[in-house]
Amino acid sequence: MSADPPLALLAELTHRCPLRCAYCSNPLALDPSSGEMDTGTWRRVLDQAADMGILQVHFSGGEPTARKDLTDLVAHASGRGLYVNLITSGVLLSDELVAALADAGLAHVQLGFQDTDAARGEWMSGYDGGHEKKLRAARMITDAGLVLTVNVVVHRHNAVRVPEMIDMAVGLGAHRVEIANVQYYGWGLHNRAALMPTREQLERMTPVVEDARERLKGVIVIDYVIPDYYANYPKSCMGGWARRFMNVTPAGKTLPCHAAETIPGLAFDNVRDRPLAEIWEQGDAFARYRATEWLPDGCRACERKEIDWGGCRCQALALTGDAANMDPVCRHSPFNAGVRVLAEADAADGAGDLVYRSYRRS
Amino acid sequence: MSTRTVIAGESIPALPRHVRLKHDETRGAWVMLAPERVLMPDEIAVEILRRCDGKATVDAICASLAAEFDAPEQEIREDVVAVLQDLADKGFLIA
Repeated sequence: MSADPPLALLAELTHRCPLRCAYCSNPLALDPSSGEMDTGTWRRVLDQAADMGILQVHFSGGEPTARKDLTDLVAHASGRGLYVNLITSGVLLSDELVAALADAGLAHVQLGFQDTDAARGEWMSGYDGGHEKKLRAARMITDAGLVLTVNVVVHRHNAVRVPEMIDMAVGLGAHRVEIANVQYYGWGLHNRAALMPTREQLERMTPVVEDARERLKGVIVIDYVIPDYYANYPKSCMGGWARRFMNVTPAGKTLPCHAAETIPGLAFDNVRDRPLAEIWEQGDAFARYRATEWLPDGCRACERKEIDWGGCRCQALALTGDAANMDPVCRHSPFNAGVRVLAEADAADGAGDLVYRSYRRS
Repeated sequence: MSTRTVIAGESIPALPRHVRLKHDETRGAWVMLAPERVLMPDEIAVEILRRCDGKATVDAICASLAAEFDAPEQEIREDVVAVLQDLADKGFLIA
């Protein structure tokens, strides 16, 4: 079968990051800097991406600005006609770097905040002084004429400040704000009991966002991601497995999503060994859960099967023990009641101790 | 985007720097690239967007489309304003 090409490549240039956010979506086993691909290899990956019809690249990490060759890679991607997004914590940005990135053809910057309250945000990131640096970074980005998205990750400890998050983004001149509840993968899953909001918090948050969307129409775009343990139906994770996105790790491993390595029994090709287009079309990990042939019985007759594509494989694995099960946040899943009990128990747990993201000794 | 842009006949629409309209050879289709978004505009939207050059007014764009497609200008105007207002509200169009 010939798959349509992906729309976007998520290029995780490095897992290094000065921040240690407890909800980081990177895997618990971070790639060491010694294993990172060099500039030439990344350029080849970007060439292959453009040749196969990929339209956008998201330079991410870790913290992508920790790579000395970021400007070079942005210029290379942009030169090949790719629309280039940068996903950054902003704490390493300088006026000079932002100007160089803009000149290199960078199209858009997504700047991540932990909170509107500096002390609480820095508690979550484990990085002192980060909030002020982020505010400065936002000004550098807009002063350079680049379009800005503000991303704020929401959890039990900052859910009450969603209105201030939206106001902050408007004040910073952002084009878009993402009010994104933690998704429970990687470090976020590890810290779930310390992060999960209560149902009441979610019920207060959603109307605030809906009201702001109406009030701020044409002023700022608000993207809202709920904590899906409380949802009725699963998210269309990655827009469907191997339908739209391709993720390349710092060491060159290709993944259908950033958490896919948690799924046992999948073979992930490396871009150093095989061309990107061939991996996309034929690679075992991409083919395994693509489209609808593989869907479990409970999904096969569902009218939503081409909306959510069975939901999230990593979540099915994490919560049911089998990645091929229906995403258990779906109300039709036999595991759904258990997920709700789990979420409410975590939210009520009150645990506040965070396990910060770090390189672990193997 | 500090205030909402309202599209009117005298508006002069243009794509901002962060939005790119291009013909994608792989898919054989026009695509609109925006921050973390890929839009696939339909044929009508493409005809409208190709005329949003930062010089032509909405009135002029409607007249041009009416002439090219031999259609009543009033009907075209409704489509054009709806498409452009929607894009402006998403931050994908300036005017």
